[in-house]
This record gives sequence, structure tokens and C-alpha cells, in this order.
Amino acid sequence: MTAAFDEMFGAEGQVDGAPRSAYAALDKWMKASPPEFFDARRRQAELFFRRIGITFAVYGEAESHERLIPFDIVPRIISGKEWRRLEQGLIQRAAVLNAFLQDVYGPGECVKAGIIPAGLVYGNSQYRVEMTRIRPPHDIYVHILGADLVRVGEDQFYVLEDNARTPSGVSYMLENREVMMRLFPELFARHRVAPVETYTDSLLATLRSVAPEGSSKDATAVVLTPGPYNSAFYEHSFLADKMGVELVEGSDLFVQDARVFMRTTEGPRRVDVIYRRVDDDFLDPLTFKPDSALGVPGLMAAYEAGAVTVVNAVGAGVADDKAVYTYMPDLVRFYTGKEAILPNVPTWRCRETDALAYVLDHLPELVVKEVNGSGGYGMLVGPTATRSEIEVFAHKLKTDPEGFIAQPTLALSTCPTFTEKGLQPRHVDLRPFVLTGSDQVRVTPGGLTRVALTEGSLVVNSSQGGGTKDTWVLDD
Amino acid sequence: MRIRIDHETRYHYDAPVRGVSQVLRLKPRPHDGQHIVSWRVDVDVDGRLRESEDAFGNRILRLSAEGPLEEITLSVAGEVETQDTAGMLSGQPERLPPEVYTRQTPLTELTPALEAFAGDAVSGVDDRLDQLHALLGAVHQQVVYDTRSTTVATSAIEAFTQGRGVCQDLAHIFIACARHVGAPARYVSGHLARADGVIEQEASHAWAEALVPGLGWVGFDPANGGCPSERHVRVACGFDYLSAAPVRGSRIGGGAERLSVRLVVSPQPMMQNQSAALGPAQLSQAQG
Amino acid sequence: MLSRTADSLYWLARYVERADFLARILDAAMRMASLPAGDGADGAEWDSAIAISDQREAFVAAYGAADEQSVRRFLAFDHANPSSIRSCLSNARNNARAVRTALTSEVWEAVNDAWNQFNLMDEKGMDMQAFARFIEWTKAAARSFDGAVHRTQLRNDGYAFLRLGAAIERADNTARILDVKYHMLLPASEPVGGGLDYFQWSTILREVSAHTAYRWVYRESIKPWLVADLLILNRQMPRSLASCSADITGQLDQLGQAYGRRGAAQRAATATLGRLTSLRIEQIFQSGLHEFVTAFIDENARLSNVIAEQYLM
Repeated sequence: MTAAFDEMFGAEGQVDGAPRSAYAALDKWMKASPPEFFDARRRQAELFFRRIGITFAVYGEAESHERLIPFDIVPRIISGKEWRRLEQGLIQRAAVLNAFLQDVYGPGECVKAGIIPAGLVYGNSQYRVEMTRIRPPHDIYVHILGADLVRVGEDQFYVLEDNARTPSGVSYMLENREVMMRLFPELFARHRVAPVETYTDSLLATLRSVAPEGSSKDATAVVLTPGPYNSAFYEHSFLADKMGVELVEGSDLFVQDARVFMRTTEGPRRVDVIYRRVDDDFLDPLTFKPDSALGVPGLMAAYEAGAVTVVNAVGAGVADDKAVYTYMPDLVRFYTGKEAILPNVPTWRCRETDALAYVLDHLPELVVKEVNGSGGYGMLVGPTATRSEIEVFAHKLKTDPEGFIAQPTLALSTCPTFTEKGLQPRHVDLRPFVLTGSDQVRVTPGGLTRVALTEGSLVVNSSQGGGTKDTWVLDD
Repeated sequence: MRIRIDHETRYHYDAPVRGVSQVLRLKPRPHDGQHIVSWRVDVDVDGRLRESEDAFGNRILRLSAEGPLEEITLSVAGEVETQDTAGMLSGQPERLPPEVYTRQTPLTELTPALEAFAGDAVSGVDDRLDQLHALLGAVHQQVVYDTRSTTVATSAIEAFTQGRGVCQDLAHIFIACARHVGAPARYVSGHLARADGVIEQEASHAWAEALVPGLGWVGFDPANGGCPSERHVRVACGFDYLSAAPVRGSRIGGGAERLSVRLVVSPQPMMQNQSAALGPAQLSQAQG
Repeated sequence: MLSRTADSLYWLARYVERADFLARILDAAMRMASLPAGDGADGAEWDSAIAISDQREAFVAAYGAADEQSVRRFLAFDHANPSSIRSCLSNARNNARAVRTALTSEVWEAVNDAWNQFNLMDEKGMDMQAFARFIEWTKAAARSFDGAVHRTQLRNDGYAFLRLGAAIERADNTARILDVKYHMLLPASEPVGGGLDYFQWSTILREVSAHTAYRWVYRESIKPWLVADLLILNRQMPRSLASCSADITGQLDQLGQAYGRRGAAQRAATATLGRLTSLRIEQIFQSGLHEFVTAFIDENARLSNVIAEQYLM
């Protein structure tokens, strides 16, 4: 594998080289500060997070320590010019995902035109047939999109994955910024960093804008959580708190006359918008899993009656399926008549015979992913895999080719990161968040930068030893 | 054949429930082999009953009633006129693209053993219809009809492993295999006027339909080893038992639930003495 | 506010209050047991502790006879007893965690620390002295919670539900002491003055932290009907039924005002308070102390149900 593009030092990535312009001020400042200074701030950062982490620990019980996701104090910086292009690409992506969902739950034009195989869409377990009878208010399906981007060169960003169900991680984006501003106020004085703190206001505005027709201007929105034992509960309560809306569990809601209410001390109160952090399968025991206690019986009937907005829409998962992903460039062309501003990573669909043959021949060079896997599990990273791991995967591929896609092993960009060995380049990705309301599309400048802390590792998932960084978009 | 159906489902709660909501798939649609002469669904509690349709095109009733309730009785009384169509279904609106019926669900997933069973059954058979008949025979032969070994929540895998089950289990196994060999397949719930003259039944009937190029949807009744005939009254369809279930409900409070079913399926004009029969527990869960 | 949130706040406070009460019962029983036989201890103190906790059946099923070891274990540490100090602290914490954002960090920490510290305690290695320290620790934990609520919680509806839970539980607790010891309060019983009686009285007063209060209020030697008056009707005494009832009524009035709607809970609470205000202790004795207390316990439980129906579900 060739040397990766470094976010700070560019293609010739040298820690002591000349920085790219967005990083110039940071570089100068870092070189002027003694190493002890950074050690002290790193300890301080850890304290801050441990304190926030106490909040994590509250919910995480005994395994609280595992839940503290490592934080690196070197920010990942994106220039204003770079961001504007990313922003356009993200807006296009979100629009196409919405158009796709509206289409496949409606006329199915993309299938009829032969853009994407019918079986892949309709046979998908994430395709919710109930949605063929439901038109979500304002025709928006993916109100909140988290797109995972990777970079391999100066102008080369790829979309690695779309998260159109309930993308998580936005609380880290906000907490990371908060901690950085406390630790390095002087750095923020030297840079014009676009604020991310507006995210929760934007989210609330988005939720209210998609309330069903006829709701009042300050429609009642709630965050629906599976409860304190869910691993992302901290984020659920964080978002509800910052938006000033109720954090509800399924049992707090009930449906009457096809309308949704929450049980309050002042009697039933009508709910217009549900930002649900509960999977489709658990949302309504009368429609989906019958033994789910996390959902609201009759919710789908209220949804069908147009009396409530579910965010993201039920059935949005068919759009972020890894097999559907491979058709995104074609879908962008189909719905917009233009090329995708943010390209896909080239992908072999193992369901196609030729592609499968190629993949089986080149396993040591490729990354193979399960179509329905997530969190970095069920994945083969060819170049770092052992011979027996490769053999196991070859067997899996032959028995279930439809279950896998393969991609070249990308040289993900790196960003300087404090490690045991001092400042070292580590691979990063970026998950920005796109909010689609009925009034406008809001892209928070920044996102969650995840960093693979292990030397050479390309897996940034927190469950696999990944950490996070603050992400700066410069107002330049 | 003219068939009369009297179907009473009674839920009794040990402690009064605060509220109940249910989705009832108890009303059939007409099709070319089935004319609905009359059909009534009655509920003996005060509540809201809204008629609607689900994604599969089934007629549904949404019931919601507030408690305290100790008992709910759902009564169905209907009469249909049927004709033998050699199992072929026509004159019925198809709301969904057939590809949706290619997915497996948790109730129809397969093990390698079940896959091998399906593979063996169709090996050497090329024609889709012949394959499905081969599967029908294989399932009918392999799995013993037994009302005591399974429940409404039993999966195809479990029933296949035991080698025993009721019409629901046989339908699931057939559907799992049919999808595995590439045929879109779905679950059908309904009633059967038995050929042996017995009219009091313990539970309603279930079978499967699979899509055959050129013919459309064709019924297969693995419990009886043949295609549905004029003795079959088709009520609802779905991916599996869960999505076609006659009653799905949830309730708030109420402790344990007891269910009794009285079902009489009688070819007309013969009239016979009707008496109560107890059936197995049906799908229902508590909430709160 | 969400009914579930209010419910959790209500039960959080109830469980903390109950933990404190259990500590008091154990404290009193220990003091009785430590006296030389014939000088106060009659061997029934452990039995009586179980009776007051209202868990006799469960206790007998699990342990048989009541003695120091079994009662300590059952009331303080037993997982299986839903009303042990352990269960109360654990339930309090679970309720607090469910409504973490409705609590100040001080209140949360008071509950969370109590539970964490409880878990560090070594029940097996606890001698008499260590157990006495544990009792004091439990009471201190409850005070720390009360203090944090008093000093930091916003005075909104959430605060009212915390106070309601505490007051309902406290009224129940005081009534239960009276219910078990009522025969001692009857004027017809043995003339006051013997050593045994003196310690029995002390025990009752100690269970409700009223030893000094009694003398302040009545400036008399201990008289049974005055003890009853103190625990039932005296509004200065924070654990008396009348005080608790006034507190409950006050909090419900606040809620009625904040929500612009009064209901069955307000009516029931006001009725109880009215009765307690107009009654005199002589009347209570005339119509039967036991009957009065039993009726109060039922009324208080009904009030709790009415509050639940009106606000908590």
C-alpha cells in the first residue's frame, strides 16, 4: 500500500514537513508549545471526558470504562473551500436517497427503468411493505443522514457508507467541540472555526418543520429511546435535553383514534413528531415484532393516517443497505441527471458472477463487507488478514455471494494523533450530518472524525478500538 | 360449494385490562373462486372499530377499546360460495411487487439441513410448477401433522427439526423451501370445510401460495398434500403467520390471558349441532 | 412532565424514606436488645421490628423465628425482600437513573453514592458496632438526599412529586409503628413508670426521632395518650400523621395550581387533613386507637393510588 494522504502534511506526509494551508496556524502553534503542555492538556481532556464519562457511566453501569471513547486533542481541519464541495455533495446525496425511497415505496420507476434489480429492493428485509400505503408528511424519508466519508487524496473524497436509519455519534461531535474550546481557547482565537453547537437548534427546527400538516407552528416533538440500557442512551438523553423536548419510552406514548399522545401529569398530550432511536422492527408490536415492549401499539396506524411524523421514516433502511449503495452513482444520475459530486468507493457486487470471480482471486488486496453487517464486524481487511481468515471468507463468499460486497483497500487519509510513540499519523474518516426539513436542508459544518488508533489500522469503529477528534471547518 | 363459517374468539383476562388494541384480519376478499355471500364481524365491547386495508391487500379491522375489560369476544359469521380453480388465484388485487415475497422472515429461515431437504426435493426438476408440487409432496410426507408439538411462534426450522407440526408449520416449511429454490411464496390463512364431515374445528387453517410464471399465484396446502379446492376459504395472506395473523393485539395490564375459540365450518345446507370447543392459545401479548 | 418521570420521582423519594425508616426500626430494636434482660428487653423486639415492617409472612417463610441475625439480614441486606434497605436503595437508584435529567447532580450523586457505598459494605464481617455504624450511615444517606433535594431541586412539579412520595411513605411508616404498638398506648395498660415501659416508650419515640421533641412539646413525663397525640395530631412533629397529611395536601395544592386543575387526589387529601385537624386525641381513644390507625393506613394507601391514577400513569 502506498503512503496515505495526510490531512495535515499532504501527499508527502511527513510529521516534520510543511503543513497544508488549513493547518498552518495549528502547526505553528503546536511547534511553539512545549511537549509538556500537550501532555497536561491531554490529561485534562481525559478528566473532562471522564466527568462527562460519569454521565456515560451512569447508564453504562459496570462497563462504563469501556464506554469512554478515546479522544485525541489534535483537531481535524477542513478548509472552507473543501467543505463547500462536500456540502454540495452531501445535499445531493440526501436528496437522492429521499427520491429513491419515495420512488420505491411509490411507482418504482428506478426498478422499471432497470437501474436497480427489483429483488434487491423489494426482497430486502429493510423494505417495509407497510410504507407502500403511507406517505410520510412532506415526502421526506431521511430527515437525518449520517454519511461516512473517506479521503484518499487532495481532492478525493468518497462516500463509504450512508446511514439513513438512525445515524448516531452526533453527541460526540458536540462534546468534542465543547472540550476543545475549554482546553484550547487560544487556538479558537487564532482560527475562525464554524460552529457546530447550532446542531441541536437545527435538529429541532427540522423536526418541527416536518410535522404533519395542520400541526401548530411549535409542534410537539419527542425523542423515543429504547431506554437507559441502550448503549446510545446517553446520546438520546443529551439530544432531548439540548432540544428541550421530552425523552420518551414506548410506554409513555399511546395511540387513540389514530393519533399519538404522551402520558403526562397534566393528562394526555398530543405528539406530532417522533425522533425515534428505536429500530423499525420494534416500533409497533401490532405491525412488527409482536413481543416488542419498546414500541407503541398502533403507531403505524397513526402514521398511516398522517397524524404523526416518524423521523427517520420507517423503511428508510432499504436506502442504506450496502448492496443498494453500490447503485448510488446510477441512482444519482437517474434522479438528478447529473454525476454524483461525491463518488462511491468502487465496489464489486459479489452477487454478480464476474465480480465474485474477481473478488475471490484478489481477496488479499480487498476489503470485503457483509451487506447487512455494521460496526466493523463481519468484515475482511485483506492486506492485514491471515491466510486462514482469508480462507474462511472465501468459503463464506462462495456459499452466500449475495451477502457480500468488496472494495479496494483504500489508503484512508491520516491525521497526526497523539500516541504512545508521540505524534503519529493515524487513519481517519468523517461522518457529517445532513438534516432535511420541509423548509431547508441544514448541514452542520463539521461532523464526527473517527480515528483508528492502532498503527496501520483502517477500522475506525469505536467498538474496534477507534477514537474521535474534533472536526473543524474553517470560515475562510 | 356454499360454506358457512361461525368463528368466535374469546379473550378472558384474569385481571381487568386497562385497554386493548387489536388488528383483525378476519374478513375475506372475493376472488374468482370465492364469492362472499355475507360476512359479519362483531365485537362485544364498546370501542372503535375502523376498517382499513393492509399492505398485502387484506381487509383489516383495527379495534381499540378502553377498559376495564375482563373479556372480549370477536364473532365472525359468514357465508361464501366457492369454486374449484385448481389452486389458481385470480380476480384478486395484487398490491405489492412479487419480489417482496422472495425474502425470508424469522419464521421461514432455513438451516443447511432444510436447504438440503429443499434441494433434494427439486433436484432434477426444471419446471417451476413441477418443482413446487415436488416440494408440496416432500413437505407433506416429511412432517407429521401433530397439534401438540408446536405453538403459533414455532419457526419452520423448529418444526422441521421436530418433524411435526400443524398446518401453520407445514406452510412455513413449504414457504421457506419455495423461496429458497427461487419462487416468491406467501402464507395464507383461512378456513377448510373438512371432507370427513367434521365441522367443529380447533383452529383455522393455513396454507401457502407461490408464484408460477404464466399462471400467477397458485395455492399449495402442505397439510393436505394438495392444492386448495372449493373446500378452502381464503381470508388473508402475508409473509408468514405473523403478517397474516387473524388477530394481533396488545393490551395494557390485565395479568394472564386465556383464550377460547369456537369454530364451525359447515358446508351448506347441512346444519349440525354447534357446541363450544377449546383451541390453542393464539397470538397476543401483554404491554405495560 | 411525563407521567413516568413523575412516577419515578415519587418512588425515588418513597424508597429513600423507607430505607431511613428501616434503619430506625433496626436501631430501636438493637437498643432494646442491648439492655439487660428484665430491664427492657423482653425478646420480642426483633419480632416487633418485623411486624412494623409489615413483612411478617415473607420473613417467616424465609427465616422462621426472629432473632437479631435473621432480622438484620432480612431488613437490611436481603435481595429477596423487596422492602430491605438494599432493595430500597437499589430501587431508589434505578428510579433516579431513569429520570437523571430531572434531577440536579447533587440529588443524583446522593442516591448514586449511597448505592455504590452500600455495595462496598461487608455484611458478613459486620459486628454489632459495625452494624450500628451502618444504621447511622443509612440515616445519613437519607438526610443527604433530603438535603440535596431541599437545597438544589427546582421548586416545580417534579419537586412536588418528590415531596409527595416522601410524605406518603412517612405517614405510612408512622402509622405502622402505631399499629404494632397501639396496645401500649392504651390508657388501660400497665401504669407507666416501670423500667420495661419506660424503655418501650423510648423505643417508639426513638423510632420517630421524637425523644427530645416530646419533652419540648409536653414538658411532662411520658404519658401514653400524649405519645399518641404527638405521633398523630401534633403539627409541630414532622413525622406525625397530621404533619404528613398537611405536607401532602400542600404539595397537591401546588400541583393543582400549577396545572390549573384539581382532582380526586386533592379532594381525598383535603378530607384527611380536615379530619386530622378537627380530631382530639380523646376522641380517637374513645372510638378505638387500633381502628383509627388501621383506617388511616388504608386511607393513605388509597390516596397513593388516587395520586397514581391522576398523575403517574
